[in-house]
Amino acid sequence: MYTAWLFILPWVLGFLFFLALPIALSVYYSFTSFNVFQPPRWIGTANFRALSTDPLFWKALYNTAYYTFISVPLMMAISLGVALLLNSKLRGMRIFRTIFFLPSVLSGVGVALLWLWIFNPDYGLINLLLSYFGIEGPLWLYSPQWAKPAMIIMSLWGLGGVMVINLAGLQSVPEQLYEAARVDGANNWAQFRYVTLPMLSPTLFFNFITLTIGSFQVFTQAYIMTGGGPVHATLFYVLYLFQTAFENLRMGYASAMAWILFFVIVGVSLFQLAVSRRLVYYEES
Amino acid sequence: MRSLKAARTSYAVTVYVLLTIGSLAFLFPLVWMLSTALKPDSQLFAYPPQWLPRPPMWGNFKAAIEYFPFWAYFRNSTIVTVLAVFGQVFSAAIVAYGFAKLRWPGREVVFFLVLATLMIPSQVTMIPQFVIFTRIGWVDTLLPLIVPSFFGGGAFNVFLFRQYYRTIPREYNDAARIDGASHWRIFWQIILPQSKPVIATASIFAFLWTWNDFMGPVIYLHSPKNFTLPIGLRAFQQQTGTEWDLLMAASLIVMIPVILLFFFLQRYFVQGMAMSGLNR
Repeated sequence: MYTAWLFILPWVLGFLFFLALPIALSVYYSFTSFNVFQPPRWIGTANFRALSTDPLFWKALYNTAYYTFISVPLMMAISLGVALLLNSKLRGMRIFRTIFFLPSVLSGVGVALLWLWIFNPDYGLINLLLSYFGIEGPLWLYSPQWAKPAMIIMSLWGLGGVMVINLAGLQSVPEQLYEAARVDGANNWAQFRYVTLPMLSPTLFFNFITLTIGSFQVFTQAYIMTGGGPVHATLFYVLYLFQTAFENLRMGYASAMAWILFFVIVGVSLFQLAVSRRLVYYEES
Repeated sequence: MRSLKAARTSYAVTVYVLLTIGSLAFLFPLVWMLSTALKPDSQLFAYPPQWLPRPPMWGNFKAAIEYFPFWAYFRNSTIVTVLAVFGQVFSAAIVAYGFAKLRWPGREVVFFLVLATLMIPSQVTMIPQFVIFTRIGWVDTLLPLIVPSFFGGGAFNVFLFRQYYRTIPREYNDAARIDGASHWRIFWQIILPQSKPVIATASIFAFLWTWNDFMGPVIYLHSPKNFTLPIGLRAFQQQTGTEWDLLMAASLIVMIPVILLFFFLQRYFVQGMAMSGLNR
């Protein structure tokens, strides 16, 4: 008993000082006006009431939802498609897997700078390729309409991790199930629909949840590439939270935003869980 | 028989065509990056573009490194990454032993609490943590990026280690206990040496996370001498503006450790992703 607590002691200390205490403080700050240098001043629910009429807050929430609702389904679909192709027992699949997987382990500032250059309206790769087809490309990150789609396209470059998870899921489907389906006369589509999809559904559900949570927290791209512009078109939730906290030093207001993000994430996850009860197949084990 | 063979061939051709188109699309950005990094200034904005820069300016890499205090940033990034990876992996390995190999009242409840902490987005805790680190004078040092790693190593890593330990047969523990070994010795001499795959997996995730981390450094590091490479790159971007050849060269240099690690340890990258997905 006493030995066990010694083993988990690092976690207990970390939990108390880097999690429990900050959570308690964060709840408190969210009801205060606080700029770090002066002590927090209690203002009740004023932060939350101000947020409800803050147009930038709603804009950030809308931008983030837009990004999530388009980026996540596209990533799910394309990564599943690629995984299905890679799961065919043909030669050379490992090389293809490497190519699709590599970009997803690169991330952060370097990738953001690369895509900033790719989306350059005059000299960037994308508009160059479009010009070969006689299309004059949009202004991308300089256009309020095209900035979010540009960020979504960029996010797809990082789908390799999800693809590898799908591939592992596909490879764990027992071959007998397909044999049995073929004996029953199932064609390729029927095998996909009645064997692959149900067997893979827990994996897909896991991806769905983690991708959604991840894209609600999108930050670095927007900070580096657009700073939230043009005209707040890429002001994502966490970017606005960051600016509020660390550029404007409105820690109380930002703490209130953090708790709203928490409840949005929990709410969306619970909704996904409720839907998944009907759609996800778990083997008895 | 013949038509079956034809169907199989056309299937293979379809797969190869689709995969080739897809992988070209995934490779293009990297090729473009390397091509830009090697361009002389005069070819940066040329139309039609020079895909193979002539002559390739390998000197751009040297120029990029000399353009900003690369080695200072590299040193800071290395210190933070090595210590944070070590702290996360080592402390998660210890903590997980307490959950997997020892029986004690309340174990399941506490482990549930460990998993529950995964639900808290880091944005909730980052403001109070900043306030705490400000109070104890750690802002503008590397400490806030390192020290928390030594306290538990993150719920996800604890989870990975615990799952792995549970596949190591109990008999090892029982036999060692009969021989009078302490739990610390069992952990150190029996369990840890058998845990190389999970150590590799957890180290890779921790490395990727720390090496690429931007938000942590941007919150805590203010004077350039303390910058890590990601915010160093950001500062570089703000100084150079449109010198894309140097910017791409610098970005590539920062990515090279990740790319090298990926090619040497790809097996563990794949295993790690698969473990995180299948261990739901």
